[in-house]
Amino acid sequence: MKTETELKNGGVNMARRSFLRYAGAGAAAIGVLTAASSCHKDHNVTASVGIDIGSGDVGILNFAYALEQLEAAFYIQVIATPYSGMTSAELTGLTSIRDHEVLHREFFKKALGAAAIPALSANFSAINFTSRASVLAAAAAFENTGVTAYDGAGYLIVNPDYLTVAGKIVSVEARHAAYIANLITPGSFVAGQVDTNAVNVSATIAEVLPIANTYLTTKVSAKSFNYVA
Amino acid sequence: MNLFSIIDEIEKVDPDFQDRISPRRDAIKNITSFGSKVAVAALPFALGTIFKKAYGQTSTSVVSVLNFALTLEYLESTFYNQGAAASGLIPSADYNTYFKTVQGDENAHVTFLQGVITSLGGTPVAESSLTFDLTAGNGSGKGPFADVLTNYQTFLAVSQAFEDTGVRAYKGQAGNLLGNQVVLTAALGIHAVEARHASTVRYIRGTTPWITSTAALGNDTGISLVNGNYDGEQNITQLGIDCTTLPSEESPSATLVSVATAAFDEPLTMTQVLALLVGSFIVS
Repeated sequence: MKTETELKNGGVNMARRSFLRYAGAGAAAIGVLTAASSCHKDHNVTASVGIDIGSGDVGILNFAYALEQLEAAFYIQVIATPYSGMTSAELTGLTSIRDHEVLHREFFKKALGAAAIPALSANFSAINFTSRASVLAAAAAFENTGVTAYDGAGYLIVNPDYLTVAGKIVSVEARHAAYIANLITPGSFVAGQVDTNAVNVSATIAEVLPIANTYLTTKVSAKSFNYVA
Repeated sequence: MNLFSIIDEIEKVDPDFQDRISPRRDAIKNITSFGSKVAVAALPFALGTIFKKAYGQTSTSVVSVLNFALTLEYLESTFYNQGAAASGLIPSADYNTYFKTVQGDENAHVTFLQGVITSLGGTPVAESSLTFDLTAGNGSGKGPFADVLTNYQTFLAVSQAFEDTGVRAYKGQAGNLLGNQVVLTAALGIHAVEARHASTVRYIRGTTPWITSTAALGNDTGISLVNGNYDGEQNITQLGIDCTTLPSEESPSATLVSVATAAFDEPLTMTQVLALLVGSFIVS
């Protein structure tokens, strides 16, 4: 428990240091993603740390890419083996979400180019795909985690174009999250996801990756953001 | 002026504030111990410098972004407050299930933004300085949505347009808050809640919870009056990548326009948003 706390605090501090360093670099930080080849070595798969997302904007985009891979794999399975009693409206809605997540995945893969982490293998053995309740609960967890992840990592992004793209995606994830919530319990579209100011909660990379890793066979680390799986 | 209450307020929204200004914070606390009038007189200037250093930009531009957001939240809260008060408008089941929460959220956003602006040393725009016309009639009360407070379908349509536009408005300001851990994170958090509202209103209306555009038209509401609010949502190019050429479950080299547009929400600039609202919903 103590170790976890230290990790989290370390993550915040490390992230801030990174931010300040980049802020100092100013406009020089804006560049083409694929040019960030110096980060490439971070993505090598090793026995000790699995896959690492890398550092800076590339690291954050790889973080998003990892989450989108996980979401896409989940919804592909949902549509491949629909839960019993899935209505046609639900099939339509969940298929659309699948298509959005697949596009997010493919978009990040293309944008990252050579800097992209490898394809990840998911393990959804904890989810009962024949059960509506199990699938929708998992969907809600994925979507809500995605929203907190994008919102929490946004301030670390240096390139304004990348920040805008993250913003374009996170609101769609929030739309998904609310839709799933309303399917589970009508009117629960913000329940448990906002603070007393009606502001969506956010999470750090070091908080999100351990959750994602419970569904991944190859673990994803973020050394630059002080999280090692 | 109570400097320490300001710092306390900021710490409520920014738990790391102490770290940001440390060790300057100790210096500020020490001011009380020697009680120098000169030092106290210099405080406003010192505060500005601290914020600038702590957040890497002047607080002025941040405050203007927040006042823009506050203006939109005033409009939304007014809309839901008047909608809730309009007898027979919102079916009680829908109010209790959905709109009571939406109304509460928008009012909470107003209070929150007022507090943040004040905490940053700014002055929140006064609601009394703004006049709204929910019919979009620029004060005539007889705009194109004249029955907005008597016809539930019109109310829903306007609600959807407000929420979808609100999402675009917050998104458009993200770049102006780049790197600002406190304010950007909070703005993104409100942005996500507006998106949750938009999704929900769309769900109630029976449309897709996300904006499903065609190549020619961003607006998927079926109400041409709000075409401007959705213009740009038809974009399929992200970071120079044509998303319709990317692999999908249906094709290794193509993605439908409906998917490419729905998977990404598009921003609006402050100028674009104000042009859509001022002279119609916000009386000029």
